[in-house]
Amino acid sequence: MKVSLFIPCFIDQFYPHVGISMVQVLERLGCEVDYPEGQTCCGQPAFNSGYWDEARAVAEHSLKTFKDCDVIVSASGSCGAMMRVFYPDLFKETVHHFDALKMAPKIHEFSEFLVNVLGVKDVGARFDGTVTFHDGCHGLRELGIKTEPRELLSHVKGLNLVEMNDTETCCGFGGTFSVKFPAISTAMGEVKCTNIVATKADYVVSNDSSCLMQIQGLLDRQGNKVKCLHLAEVLART
Amino acid sequence: MPLADHRQEVFARIREALKVPAPHRHVGHTGEHPTAPNHDDGLPGSETFRAWLPLVGESLEEQITLFAQNSAALKTELHRVGSPAEAAEHLNQLAREVGWHRVATHPHPLALPLAEKVPLPRLVVGPGYAVTDMESCDAAITGCDFLVAQTGSLLISSASAGGRALSVLPPHHIVIASASQMVPDLGTALHQARLRYAREWPSFLSFITGPSRTGDIERILVLGAHGPKRLTVFLVP
Amino acid sequence: MIAFAREFKRMAARYTADLQHRALIQRALRSYEVKRDEFKARYQSWGEARQAASEIKWEAINHLDRYLEEFITKLEARGTKVFVASTDAQARDYIVKVAQENKVKRIIKSKSMTAEEIELNHALEHAGCTVFESDLGEYIVQLRHEKPYHLVFPAMHLTREDISRLFEKELGSQPTNSPEELTMIARSVMRKNYIEADLGISGANFGIAETGMISITENEGNARLGTSLPKIHVAIMGIEKLLPRLEDLALFLPMLATAGAGQQITCYNTLYGGPRQPGEIDGPEQFHLVLLDNHRTEFLADAEQRDSLHCIRCGACLNVCPIFKNVGGHSYGTTYQGPIGSVITPHLRGLQNWKHLSFASSLCGACTEACPVGIDLHHHLLQNRRNATQGKATWWEKPIYAGFVFFMRRPWLYQLSGKLGKIFFPLHKLVNGTLLDPLRLWTKTRDFPDMAPQSFQEYWKEKKAKGPHAPR
Ligand code: SF4
Repeated sequence: MKVSLFIPCFIDQFYPHVGISMVQVLERLGCEVDYPEGQTCCGQPAFNSGYWDEARAVAEHSLKTFKDCDVIVSASGSCGAMMRVFYPDLFKETVHHFDALKMAPKIHEFSEFLVNVLGVKDVGARFDGTVTFHDGCHGLRELGIKTEPRELLSHVKGLNLVEMNDTETCCGFGGTFSVKFPAISTAMGEVKCTNIVATKADYVVSNDSSCLMQIQGLLDRQGNKVKCLHLAEVLART
Repeated sequence: MPLADHRQEVFARIREALKVPAPHRHVGHTGEHPTAPNHDDGLPGSETFRAWLPLVGESLEEQITLFAQNSAALKTELHRVGSPAEAAEHLNQLAREVGWHRVATHPHPLALPLAEKVPLPRLVVGPGYAVTDMESCDAAITGCDFLVAQTGSLLISSASAGGRALSVLPPHHIVIASASQMVPDLGTALHQARLRYAREWPSFLSFITGPSRTGDIERILVLGAHGPKRLTVFLVP
Repeated sequence: MIAFAREFKRMAARYTADLQHRALIQRALRSYEVKRDEFKARYQSWGEARQAASEIKWEAINHLDRYLEEFITKLEARGTKVFVASTDAQARDYIVKVAQENKVKRIIKSKSMTAEEIELNHALEHAGCTVFESDLGEYIVQLRHEKPYHLVFPAMHLTREDISRLFEKELGSQPTNSPEELTMIARSVMRKNYIEADLGISGANFGIAETGMISITENEGNARLGTSLPKIHVAIMGIEKLLPRLEDLALFLPMLATAGAGQQITCYNTLYGGPRQPGEIDGPEQFHLVLLDNHRTEFLADAEQRDSLHCIRCGACLNVCPIFKNVGGHSYGTTYQGPIGSVITPHLRGLQNWKHLSFASSLCGACTEACPVGIDLHHHLLQNRRNATQGKATWWEKPIYAGFVFFMRRPWLYQLSGKLGKIFFPLHKLVNGTLLDPLRLWTKTRDFPDMAPQSFQEYWKEKKAKGPHAPR
């Protein structure tokens, strides 16, 4: 199966290893991996800030970049939700509405793609350590992803999954919210980190690097040793 | 002379606003797919609610058991008794234990005879009763319309429970009901009430579930906030 | 920045820094969650019940003219004086007038957020009446001259010690740390008020169109007493609170209790269909129902957000909101706190002044998931952001997003800036977290990641250059 990757801008620049791990896992599972060149950002920052015209301009670029793809796999649940759920809203009553509707069902978040499209639960990974999983809100509530990452993790050899309290509670990142209301964002992150640390896990895993940036930023500042990893990075280890 | 009302302008605005149809929207966003309300087929009927709400058994015995469980959870003191006479025995014991001085009741085929078996001064409420009189009573003995198994509630009305205040002012509310008044759920209770009253609705109907309570201080449950501190139900065959 | 926004940020900073306060709220809501989950689990299908509740409200709201007319006609037929108020001032004036015409001195009031919305107490006190809040939580905040902290739990921000001190100061009672004793103190104070009051004010949780009744949900019995003993009862409700049929309550009463308070059903769910009827021995001689528009028809005209009129004010969205749990109810500065407040306050009090609440959200969607009538709350926050920005963009944001578009539509420029970023980014270390740090809003409390030496795009180019079978 030919799979087109969508590697959102901040993953491209800050967490390229996430994308590389996705390539490794997908190739291991026999997919033909493609990376449509010229991709940049899904437009979410502008969209969430209320600048829908600007978001539309950026989103148009994405629609164009991925227009010939049949299966698009996103490294981030949040950006995946933007393309799958919000593009149709954003382009309502514009010439691109049809394109947006047509593209929506082709977008998959990584874990959901593996489990629901490829039908794979065991990707043949090995990872020694205790991990806890954080549900990114967009993946969870916009895309309905809950069991998929856990199924994948439960099949990783050597991995011990411990659920934290309130795993479905937001980490407080929220895009521009994190800098518009840093005090609230930080307080929310602190609650999350307390729950993470209480599990005594060595790693926090999530399917959204943006949440992990918030969580790692706080853990590091607090001097905690817990490390954040994207699900793909765990699944890539053998 | 009351102020002029503004209904015409409000109604005009409502009608204007509703000219734009609302989008048929999905419910929430929990990975469910968008569903459009099905209004051509009418609204979901109250009989269908039953399939989603907490389960209630078919038989009277199951319903009584469920009612008893719910009562226990919400601190309703339920006594299944064999006869009104047995209820009276219990009641008198209660009266002695707590040291009642006076009880209130209303003309009701089950409640009044029960109250009459309590050898204490009695207020039988009727038109023009004095509120302070009622307030000085230690207990109120009333009837009710229905018992609801699903929630452990009683449905009362001004017709079945001696007006509005009797069942809420004295600190102990005693209800006597027969097993035939048991209904499975809230929907049935409302439906039955409609059959009973629709020609002339009482101005007051109330589902009571347990003695009055509050959690306003640190979300800790306290019984007897403003209404009765105790609620006792005698269930006769 | 607008004063309301500044005040919100100030309060939010204060409350988020108060760890004890956050712990108090989170502990209280934890016990709610446990109970809510226990009772939700008893439903055979919460999801379908929710869907049905949403459809029923959809029907009521989208045919509001019809149901409202039926409702009013039925009520009036049985002697209720219905007053339809277009604005908050009209509602206040009417109620004050009822009080004055009947020479009312003492008023016993049960909980009503709609009365809060129109600041009724103030108007009545101004007219020389004494208003006693009878709901325990409301009474406590009234004694403290505060606004309710939460739609449903007005005094949840106070500990028993706070309340004991308050009662000691205001009522001269003995100090105690027993919630039970504190409740009994309030009970004994209030008893006399029920009997002496000339007028009782209540809200309404639902209006039943078909039978012309209002339904009031409460636990304490204060609303029942306040609507039984005084000779006048005035109820106030928003025009959106209607349900088409009596039997709809079979769904809404338990769902309201479970979603909002973690109860199977509330202690008293009472229907009032009029003043004392012929043959009844008590109840008020006059029953007035004030139906309030106060901008509700504006929501109705906004088809996109019309479903916000489905709200049954259960408070579930507050209870699950991580923002609410950290900033608390008083930070909002609104009548309605939490997600529903952030959605509707811009409509009630002006978008530009209250848009900051729509931005103060991580859009996590926990509210939408919790809402028993399926209001699309967090998406409405997004729409408010859009509307606010279209109406009046922030002067410094507009060029930033113009630049964002310029870069993101030009992959070469995006790539170039990535390369330049790698050169300059290490300099960030020098100012990290200081006042000079351009990322200070982030780095004040959190570390910022380093840029990767090689971006994914660069990796991919290299990989492709090596050919498909090159080692990974
Ligand atoms: S918006 Fe929904 S959850 Fe929030 S108070 Fe209203 S009904 Fe309850």
